[in-house]
Amino acid sequence: MERDDIIEYSLDAHHSEEDGRKIRRKIWMVTGLLAVVTAIEVVVGAYWKEWFPGAWTAVKWAFVFLTLVKATYIVMTFMHLGDERRNIRAIILLPYALFILYLLWIALMESNFVHWSWATMQ
Amino acid sequence: MAGDATKTLSNDVLWGGGRSPFSISYGKMMMWFFLVSDALTFSGLLVAYGFVRHSTMEAWPIGEEVFRALPGLSGSYPLIYVALMTAILIFSSVTMVLAVEAGHRMDKKGVIKWMFLTVIGGAFFVGSQAWEWSHFIHGGGGYITTADGSKYWVHNDTHDTHDPANAPGFHLTVAKPGHYLIPAEGSQPLDPAASLKLWNERVNYVDGANMTRNEYGPPQYANFFFFITGFHGFHVFSGVVINIIVLIMAIQGVFHRRGHYEMIEKAGLYWHFVDLVWVFVFTFFYLL
Repeated sequence: MERDDIIEYSLDAHHSEEDGRKIRRKIWMVTGLLAVVTAIEVVVGAYWKEWFPGAWTAVKWAFVFLTLVKATYIVMTFMHLGDERRNIRAIILLPYALFILYLLWIALMESNFVHWSWATMQ
Repeated sequence: MAGDATKTLSNDVLWGGGRSPFSISYGKMMMWFFLVSDALTFSGLLVAYGFVRHSTMEAWPIGEEVFRALPGLSGSYPLIYVALMTAILIFSSVTMVLAVEAGHRMDKKGVIKWMFLTVIGGAFFVGSQAWEWSHFIHGGGGYITTADGSKYWVHNDTHDTHDPANAPGFHLTVAKPGHYLIPAEGSQPLDPAASLKLWNERVNYVDGANMTRNEYGPPQYANFFFFITGFHGFHVFSGVVINIIVLIMAIQGVFHRRGHYEMIEKAGLYWHFVDLVWVFVFTFFYLL
């Protein structure tokens, strides 16, 4: 069932055995990092009350930071976006960042206001 | 700024206009554009969750109190099951990227091996999610409210929620406000006679979870759980289907005859994206 009507535009679809070894080493390093970060998140999530009582704000921001670290490694290494050209990287990341930063900002403002309104009514 | 001029490209890979604008193949670029729009959808869901949680006046459930069960075991294992699910999904993301790497070396056997493991990992994740949904819907016993508005957790040895008062080991505990299944400070489990008296005077019994009410907290909590993990779970399911199709094509040698394994890469982008979304769901739904 070979079809000849599908045009394939394939670039950078091959590498040598030697490059393969390097790439595999990097893959396993990133795997280890993701596993360690997830383990830290779970342990801190379960025991932060005993270990860092009253430091919820710091723990929360640490979780957000660790999540962004994991996301960066998944996108840049596993999805190979780090190996693509700067133009395509910008075209994918910048519009997304623009929309989401705006959405986060407006949602935080509005939810603060709604919370404040409820609190005032009571 | 690296443009298309820095690299000599063969005519086979140029787009219809005779250029390759980003030195990326057309299929991969369209997959990326789809993923950006999908990422906006998931971000919208998580931001909506944050909005409701931030604006509500009610106590919101805490992840490590709600999700602390393991299949077949009693006792408390906060977040361990979700961590296992995360590990399964990250592992299957790794096997996927290894399949892509094998494809770049035209290693058909390697591609088949790693794609097969990716499919297995994805199937395990969907199965885990089914168990978690079932556990979430059935709940841990539920609570009753009495005429004066007090809330009591319902316990019995067999986790019977149809007729809990007649199940062995039935007793109530005074609920700690805002904390799932945790008794109020300094309170002891009520003795069977007092428990039965309160049970008969109940004005309300909430057990498990559905779209209108749940034993964990505000109704929106269960609604967001069902919608966000359900939407993600459906992505995983469709990802497994795509991976199975690509695996069959790899076994048939379609990509080998084509001369490259780029289809594995495109399916891989989708699969890594599913993993990426789960990383955010894990943090913003379960941890925070």
